[in-house]
Amino acid sequence: MSDSPIAVEHAEGLQHHFSNMEQQRDAASLGMWVFLATEIMFFGGMFCAYLIYRYWYFNEFAAGSRSLDIWLGTINTAVLICSSLTVALGVRAAQMGKRKLLVMLLLFTLVFGFAFLGIKGVEWYDKYKEHHIPGAQFNADDLVRDYPQIHIDQRHEQIYFSLYFAMTGLHALHMIIGIGIFAYLTFFAWRGRYTGGYYNPVEIGGLYWHFVDIVWIYLFPLLYLIDRKPLR
Amino acid sequence: MSEHILPAKLYYGIWITLLVLTVVTAAVAFVDLGPLNTVVALVIATFKAVLVVLFFMHVKYTSEKMTKVVLISAGFWLLILLALSLADYATRLWT
Repeated sequence: MSDSPIAVEHAEGLQHHFSNMEQQRDAASLGMWVFLATEIMFFGGMFCAYLIYRYWYFNEFAAGSRSLDIWLGTINTAVLICSSLTVALGVRAAQMGKRKLLVMLLLFTLVFGFAFLGIKGVEWYDKYKEHHIPGAQFNADDLVRDYPQIHIDQRHEQIYFSLYFAMTGLHALHMIIGIGIFAYLTFFAWRGRYTGGYYNPVEIGGLYWHFVDIVWIYLFPLLYLIDRKPLR
Repeated sequence: MSEHILPAKLYYGIWITLLVLTVVTAAVAFVDLGPLNTVVALVIATFKAVLVVLFFMHVKYTSEKMTKVVLISAGFWLLILLALSLADYATRLWT
């Protein structure tokens, strides 16, 4: 490259401070991975709180877990896995420069994202109707009645549901941000900004989406599947 | 990251595996394995997460070695957080 201030020839989409497309892609994805490492620590704090309280209040966590709808939870896990597939195929379409296919797959991802949030909303509303939202209206008499085999302290039960809402809420917030990112990607994919040579935004947006999927892959067993086996 | 474009078949294979494992983990939860229920659930979850990281997130195919360093470091920090916290809380009732 010359020292001339006059614009030098660039590949389309290449920023001038990178020497080639591959270096630019590596830098972008590495930056995203560093961000995801901080996200792991962010969610890690909640998982740590969950671990400690589950260890202390095992009965209440078991009863709370049984009150969640395992069907909706399983369907939602499947919905997110499907969305991860459309994202992975979308990145592949971007790599190959297939604009229409990319737009279609990004739209599918958005549909799956909204479906997940819709099902989550139904579950939260059920919890609201059951008075399982922590606070002044909280009431777990139904759980005490349904599981006479185990001792349930209602204050400890609130801790389970606090963690349930905090963790699924934080995850849902990430989903909402992800939907925003993917709406942006869909718009610019439709405008034809991403070519076979330049598709960084699709790739790192995809990394974010997959990360949020992985968080749910852990939340599902930890919140829904704690204690489904027959009570003795 | 690599410019290597993976075959779509591979993605479909991973997708089917993830769906099957989701059904398996939900079904196994109803079987009484004693204390092993949690272990099995977490092993399946971790296996699913590893599949997503390696294939959907392309870590298996990346030429950028720093990605793996970042990923392993993040896992290690998380382990420190969980292990040291539990070492405290799990032993508080010891006399």
